[in-house]
Amino acid sequence: MSQARKGIVRDAVGIGVASGAYALSFGALSIAAGLSLLQTMALSLLMFTGASQFAMVGVIGAGGGVWAGAATAALLGSRNALYGVRLSSLLGRTQLRRVAAAQFVIDETTAMAIARDRVEDSRFAFLATGIALFALWNLGTLIGALATHALPNPKVLGFDAAPPAAFLALLAPRLRSREPLAIAVAAGVVALVVLPFLPAGVPLLIVAILVALLGLRR
Amino acid sequence: MIWAGVLVASAACYALKLAGLSLPQRWLQEPRVQRTVSLLPVALLAALIATLTFSTGHKLVLDVRAAALGVAAIAVLLRAPFLVVVASAAATAALLRLF
Repeated sequence: MSQARKGIVRDAVGIGVASGAYALSFGALSIAAGLSLLQTMALSLLMFTGASQFAMVGVIGAGGGVWAGAATAALLGSRNALYGVRLSSLLGRTQLRRVAAAQFVIDETTAMAIARDRVEDSRFAFLATGIALFALWNLGTLIGALATHALPNPKVLGFDAAPPAAFLALLAPRLRSREPLAIAVAAGVVALVVLPFLPAGVPLLIVAILVALLGLRR
Repeated sequence: MIWAGVLVASAACYALKLAGLSLPQRWLQEPRVQRTVSLLPVALLAALIATLTFSTGHKLVLDVRAAALGVAAIAVLLRAPFLVVVASAAATAALLRLF
């Protein structure tokens, strides 16, 4: 293996290990939210996109309902479509390749793939990061979930206060300029203002619609 | 019920990943689409933080979760690792409930 590829593998494993920490807390929060071990693992295996998974179990845990959680998860997954745009020319054009590669199209794999100079290295980085991340994300989820299963009452340990903290950690890196900060504050206020009057989950959909109107205006 | 939601949401998330690889490039490269899709997570995460912290059911409430979020914010500002941010919020809520 070339020196460049060894470096890519090293970085991929590093990213995987770092994501294992997120996965541990996801596994724990999912069980605390009332999902079963199998449901928790299904999310990490099948959904495999962190923010959406956290949103799904966060909403369910707060009593917001399964479909409100599912809708929020899907809306948060929309950014992966943009990563696909940047990757499609690198990953090859056949439909079979796209179907196989799609599950790995997330933040980390995109960042690793587009940082390369040569197309072959991009593909290698995408695959290496995808495999390392998928393996360690699911392992971390399993450990976090099993550990929480052993606890008598996760609510006593303040697990209901953990999802907003997780979202804050995910949100913070996106708030470096004024526009996203203003939008974040406005979104929080709008969601709270309409919340007493609407069914669970609808406030988040209203926020999504307002952002779409704002973003799509000329 | 939870299973149906898990499977449908997972399928939707996969479809979005595949859409980016498969849809005509010019649709998704449209600047207004780019702007909207990059603002969406910011707004949704903020709305999630607000509703999960300051409400129970359909009531607005101020309880230990607000203090937990404050501690998490300090941890984020101090660039603490993800697990520390989450654990500090949970610990804050658990401790305050003891009193």
